Amino acid sequence: MTLAIDARGLRKRFGRTEVLAGLDLAVPSGTVFALLGPNGAGKTTTINILTTLIRPDAGSARVAGYDVVEQGDDVKRRISLTGQAAAVDEVLTATENVVMMGRLSGLSRREAHSRAAALLERFELTDAAGRRVGTYSGGMRRRLDLALSLVVPVSVLFLDEPTTGLDTRSRKELWSVIRSLADDGTTVFLTTQYLEEADRLADRIAVLDRGRVAAEGTAGELKARIGGDVVELRDADGLLLVELPTDGTVHGLRAAIDELDRLPVASAPGGVVSIRRPSLDDVFLAITDRAAAPAPELIESK
Amino acid sequence: MTATALAPARPRLGALTAESTFIARSMRHSLRDVEALLMSVMLPVMLMLMFTWIFGNAIDPSGGYVDYVVPGIILLCAGFGASSTAVSVSRDMTTGIIDRFRTMPLRSGAVLTGHVVASLVRNLFATAVVIAVGLLVGFRPSAGPLEWLGAFGVVALYILAITYLFAAIGLAASTPEAAVGYGFILLFLPYVSSAFVPVETMPEWLQPIAEYQPITPVIEAIRALLMDQPVGDNVLWAVVWCVAIVAVSVVWGAWLFRRKAGRR
Ligand SMILES: Nc1ncnc2c1ncn2[C@@H]1O[C@H](COP(=O)(O)OP(=O)(O)O)[C@@H](O)[C@H]1O
Ligand SMILES: [Mg+2]
Repeated sequence: MTLAIDARGLRKRFGRTEVLAGLDLAVPSGTVFALLGPNGAGKTTTINILTTLIRPDAGSARVAGYDVVEQGDDVKRRISLTGQAAAVDEVLTATENVVMMGRLSGLSRREAHSRAAALLERFELTDAAGRRVGTYSGGMRRRLDLALSLVVPVSVLFLDEPTTGLDTRSRKELWSVIRSLADDGTTVFLTTQYLEEADRLADRIAVLDRGRVAAEGTAGELKARIGGDVVELRDADGLLLVELPTDGTVHGLRAAIDELDRLPVASAPGGVVSIRRPSLDDVFLAITDRAAAPAPELIESK
Repeated sequence: MTATALAPARPRLGALTAESTFIARSMRHSLRDVEALLMSVMLPVMLMLMFTWIFGNAIDPSGGYVDYVVPGIILLCAGFGASSTAVSVSRDMTTGIIDRFRTMPLRSGAVLTGHVVASLVRNLFATAVVIAVGLLVGFRPSAGPLEWLGAFGVVALYILAITYLFAAIGLAASTPEAAVGYGFILLFLPYVSSAFVPVETMPEWLQPIAEYQPITPVIEAIRALLMDQPVGDNVLWAVVWCVAIVAVSVVWGAWLFRRKAGRR
């Protein structure tokens, strides 16, 4: 197995905040890898280091086989970045944007134009191809932004929160595009705050907490870490009142019910109890909360 | 471990492909900013008419003021025209498009070259408008071909200097709006020079500032060349100032450009 990304002990601090505190990552070629973490966790900082934009204070990283600090140009020739903010030229049309990126990626004028037509078709932007990007909706910009990263084939595609700020429909559209890229064999490294996104797209997921990988594995492996089912109590309007993780045994379930009985909210009229499989949300809270305060039994809804 | 490249690496670019692509981009930006384009024609016309018809008669009733004021208006217009470079550069920095370019195997500073060349073209055009309007309202330069060439050279060098300075300001500013604010101060420099009135007529405390600031030798050099007067050491000082401003801006700009990588 070759590694598309191999990062060891990455550290980065800005002033007094230590953003990365010894981050290790190993991403096999041809897989989709999601780095999951809340706002401010250091996801963009990680991407910035892996895409040669900033240097780590310590540690090392190889991307597509080349060192990001020592062999930056070799890395740049094999990656594309779609950053957190849509990095498109708003004054130009979509076609002009793609042609410009094509020219900058070494295509001839003619190749760049035919590539632009094909990409805009694929991203369903053909009708708007001659319009200035300034007039585009958020979803259209994001699609163009992604198209710009694909003018030439690359080994590793970096996507920093690709669907943040998009409505559900645009998000799903983008997911299917990302999935199809992965099926073509491109290694995709994406960051996200959305567990569902990581669950749907990624072969492997790393949870970023306090500058380190707190847990790593497939969505299934991560869910297995939390153990059994979750008992939840909802009020008459379906609003979640309490969630209690269990260990999956009859005894554990009974203990959870007993716990519910002790809570004042449980006696509210119309309350409904149900059992469900753990979501990645539960995993995330369990992993990160465990780091903050040991073994919380009760996860109250926000 | 061997390289895992499934895809072929990006090809290396031709020598000036990145530069010419970015110049084409910035030229498109200039041509599509209709307001700024209109302004770059209107401003020279209005300033020219205002200074010759309104102030001109009060300053010099014999009608010779137009010959005096043309270089000042060229510089004033060049300053306004170049100031939009700060906004363009700042916008590129804040939208993150520069970070996209930086993750490609290009000399990413080439994007700045694009803005600078576009500014040079825009402002040489505005200069041509100033001279054309000037000729209409009585400007009678007595320069020969060589002097015209010299004046053109000094104007182009000044435009380059102030554009590089505005580009650096654009890099330093945190937002495009802030870039406009910082740039505004520079636009007042021509008023405190020999552009519109001789330095001797200014209050005594202001005279040294007006005398030794960079605009004055540039103005004096252009004026002497166009009106076929002795240039003295003005051309030399004009060149020294402009080259120094370019050098400082390039060094400062390169430092900012590196430091701001990854700050979107
Ligand atoms: N260039 C910088 N200078 C100072 N602080 C920074 C810089 N970049 C990021 N940070 C800080 O580092 C932390 C992590 O940021 P970031 O990597 O952008 O997080 P994420 O992308 O996960 O939201 C934040 O607290 C942010 O304010
Ligand atoms: Mg981020």
